[in-house]
This record gives sequence, structure tokens and C-alpha cells, in this order.
Amino acid sequence: MRTIYLDHAATTAVDPRVLEAMLPVFTEVYGNASSMHHVGQAARKLVEEAREKVAKAIGAAPGEIYFTSGGTEADNLAVLGVAEAMASRKGKHLITTGIEHHAIFNSFAWLKENGFEISELPVDQFGMVNPADLEKAIRPDTILVSIMHANNEIGTIQPIAELGLICKAHKITFHVDAVQTVGHLPIDVNAMNIDLLSMSAHKFYGPKGVGALYLRRGVRIKPHLHGGEQEKGLRPGTENVPGIVGLGRAIEIAVAEMAEENAREAALRDQLIAGLLKIPDVRLNGHPTRRLSSNVNVSIAYIEGESILLSLDLQGICASSGSACASGSLEPSHVLLAIGLDHPTAHGSLRLTLGRENTAEDVDFVLQVMPEIVQRLRKMSPIYPENLRK
Amino acid sequence: MQYTEKVMDHFQHPRNMGQIENPSGVGEVGNAVCGDIMRIYLTVENNVITDIKFQTYGCGAAVATTSQLTEMVKGKTLEEALKITNADVAKELGGLPPVKLHCSNLAADALKVAIENYQQNLKQEKESVKNAESR
Ligand code: FES
Repeated sequence: MRTIYLDHAATTAVDPRVLEAMLPVFTEVYGNASSMHHVGQAARKLVEEAREKVAKAIGAAPGEIYFTSGGTEADNLAVLGVAEAMASRKGKHLITTGIEHHAIFNSFAWLKENGFEISELPVDQFGMVNPADLEKAIRPDTILVSIMHANNEIGTIQPIAELGLICKAHKITFHVDAVQTVGHLPIDVNAMNIDLLSMSAHKFYGPKGVGALYLRRGVRIKPHLHGGEQEKGLRPGTENVPGIVGLGRAIEIAVAEMAEENAREAALRDQLIAGLLKIPDVRLNGHPTRRLSSNVNVSIAYIEGESILLSLDLQGICASSGSACASGSLEPSHVLLAIGLDHPTAHGSLRLTLGRENTAEDVDFVLQVMPEIVQRLRKMSPIYPENLRK
Repeated sequence: MQYTEKVMDHFQHPRNMGQIENPSGVGEVGNAVCGDIMRIYLTVENNVITDIKFQTYGCGAAVATTSQLTEMVKGKTLEEALKITNADVAKELGGLPPVKLHCSNLAADALKVAIENYQQNLKQEKESVKNAESR
């Protein structure tokens, strides 16, 4: 059976060119980047080269890049670190949205339990934040605004530059969770007025376990790990040199190939969406046009997401769902509820996220097997109109 | 998904899936936790379940547990059928992931409601016969 991987928002395979850059770092350039001797300094050199590559990719200065263990750590460091640094100076009010990733969502939940006040901006039916709502939510004691660049579930892209301008006008620190967009969408932290930005290497064909936080010079923040002086003390711990080298190489490749790859994926995405919408009672979730070129998210009425995933997997197709049954918590996706879906519609959601190795044949195959899967599950469903009790 | 082979087999080839035209009893339950629905149809003759069919809207475990349950109760008396617990269903399937254990509960509940519905139908029938006789 052929594997068709359509879950690139979850993770990607490491690009062979990235792996090639990483391999010697495990065994040849194995020094501790903090060591004075030449073996350590060889590793240091690689770390700094990677820092330059990351900085260049987002229009930052190398000194503004801090390596972390991934997107979650970068998000936690940004939100908790700024909150802690600013609480005694300006206030305890923070602003975010109702559709953030759990790394942000739960950081804010923690802050709320610990005496901070949080305003959650609403989103419209397509998952868009309205800049006017941000303007309204800002208070004299607001210390941080955190809004994701593009949503991991529905792919909706926020007007970050516009939101950033509002934060700048009010002198409020602006954090952007860009885990889904670094390497996929053009980013310029200055043009977009971003003060902090999180990324994770494995979302753009780099290794897992490494990410970075961009921190604008002058922004106040407190560290969350306490240790040595690595990363200027903001993120202590021996540098994951192979991971950092992989991150640097991955971002370099992703940015260079971005335009071409986006155009290719967008064509596949549109083909996939059009084909899925031909099945009766299927709706598209997320924004019709302002969405990641890799993201397809639909709700299939009368059937349940996990059942769809299992059925697709039996055909070799890897996908994802915001259904409650498929999540360990038995709560449907907060993102799908935030865009106004009722429980059954959120339950029947299916997310297919494209990537570099996907082809038109993959899309054709999905569209070939989907109608059968939907029909089979609907035949089983007590809520399908045809099956209503006679 | 950490499902056993048997769960996947039931998911792929559900036994006794569908509806019964003139059932002796029907039971439907919904689960508030994750929003799923199961419906069970029964044919009862001389206190024995001679036919059973189900429809399920829910996860793989929900489909498998209803399918498994129907296999376990077919041919049993009502009393025997009511003794089957969700633990029995889960055990028969070779185990379920902890978070999915409630799905087997759902199946057993649907069966119970269907049997109650049958008993109610029976009572009504007897009463209408009695009424007809007394007239
Ligand atoms: S029916 Fe929802 S988890 Fe099984």
C-alpha cells in the first residue's frame, strides 16, 4: 500500500539536504558550543551561521534570534516571559484570540490562574481577527498581544501587519506564533511590526526538537529556564547544535523555494477542495482565499472525524481531524467551535495538509476513495436523513 | 490509534449493521461527552433476541463496540443479554484505549434502552388485548 501523507501541519519529513548538513555535527563537529577549545569553537561557528540564516529569513538581526527546543517552548517563553517582566511595570492585562494553538492557549490559561487578566478576541466565521476588535480591547495596562500568523487547523491567515501597527501605535509588545508560517509565507518582522515570533523547525522540513524565538532588541522578558549563560541567559542549556544546524539549513531552503512551492501546493489544494465539495453536505472550514496554500479543512455532515481518519488510513492516507473522539480530551477543537461550528459539524471535520512530496496523483486518489468512505459511514449513521427511524 | 486488530476488523466489517423494519424494540442513546449516537433495533421472540441491528455515529471504538455487542447478545434471553457489561464488550474486543472505554458503555446502554422499549411495547399490547377482550 502506498502512503499518502497529508498531515504536514502536524510535522514534515526532514529534507535530505537538511539531514546532510546535520549528520557531521553528530560525530565530527561534536563540540559543546560553550567550550573555549577549537572543537567547541567549531560548533559555535555552526550555531552562529545558523542564527544568521534564521535572522535573514525573517528580516531580523542575528542577535535577536534565540534557539529553543521547539515552537511550544518559544511560545511559552514569549508569553510567560513578557508577562512576568512587565507585570510590575505596566499591568497585568494581555490580549490573545480564541483560536490559538494550545502552546499559547494554555500559557494564557496558566497566567489567568495566576492573577493576570486576559482578553480573548473573537474571530469571524472564517477565523479572521478584526483589527477594530484589537483596538477596542487595548487598555492602559495591556502588556502583551499574542496572535498567531496562520491557524494550524483551518489555515486562515491573519492581517498581522495591520495588527502589528495597532500594537506599535499603543506601544504594546506584539508576539506572533508563526509556527505554521515560517518557511511557508514571507515574513519581515520590521515591516509587520512584530516584537516576538515563534517558529519550529519540523514544520518546514527541519528536525524535531528545535525551534527559535525572535526577540526584538529592547523588549523586556524574563527567562523560564535557569542555568548557564547560553543564548544570553534567556534560554540556558547546552545548544542542540545538530538541531540548530538543521533549522538553519531548512529555513534557508524553504525561503528559497517558497514562491514556487506555494504556487504548486495552492493548485493541489484548490483541486482537493473543489473535489471534496462535490460530495453532498460537505462544507469548507476556514477562509476561502486567505488560507495557507497547504491547508484543506472540511466538515462532512452526518459522520464523525475519527471514523473518517481510520477509513482513510486503511487506504494509506494520513490525515487529521478536530473531532472530539479523535482527541484524548473528548473535547472538539476549540478553533472549530470559535468559528461558530456546532458540535456535530466540528465532529465531522477533516484536515488534509499538503507538502513538498504530494502530487496531483495523491489528490486524485483521495478524491477517488473519499466518496466511498463517506457513503459507507453515512450508511452506518443514525443521524443521516435516509436512515432516520422508519 | 492504538486499536486492537479485532476493533479494526469490526470497524471495517461491522456485523449486524442496519435497521429492522418492524422491530420489537428500539433503543437510542447519545453521549454528552463526545456527542455520539447509537441506535439498536431488536426482534424478540419468546423472550429471546432473535435479531439485532445497529446504527452508530461515533469513533472507531463506538462502531466496534456496538458491532461486538450485537454478536454477543444474538440468541440470548433478555435476562442474559442484560447481564453483559461494558467490561465484557471491551474484553471481547481485546481491550480498548482507556479514553475509549466509555464507548462500550454506550453500546450496553443502547441495548438496555431497546429492551426497556420492547417491554413497554409488550405491556401496551397486552393492555390493548385486555381492553379488546373486556369489551
Ligand atoms: S464515541 Fe466518541 S470517543 Fe467513542
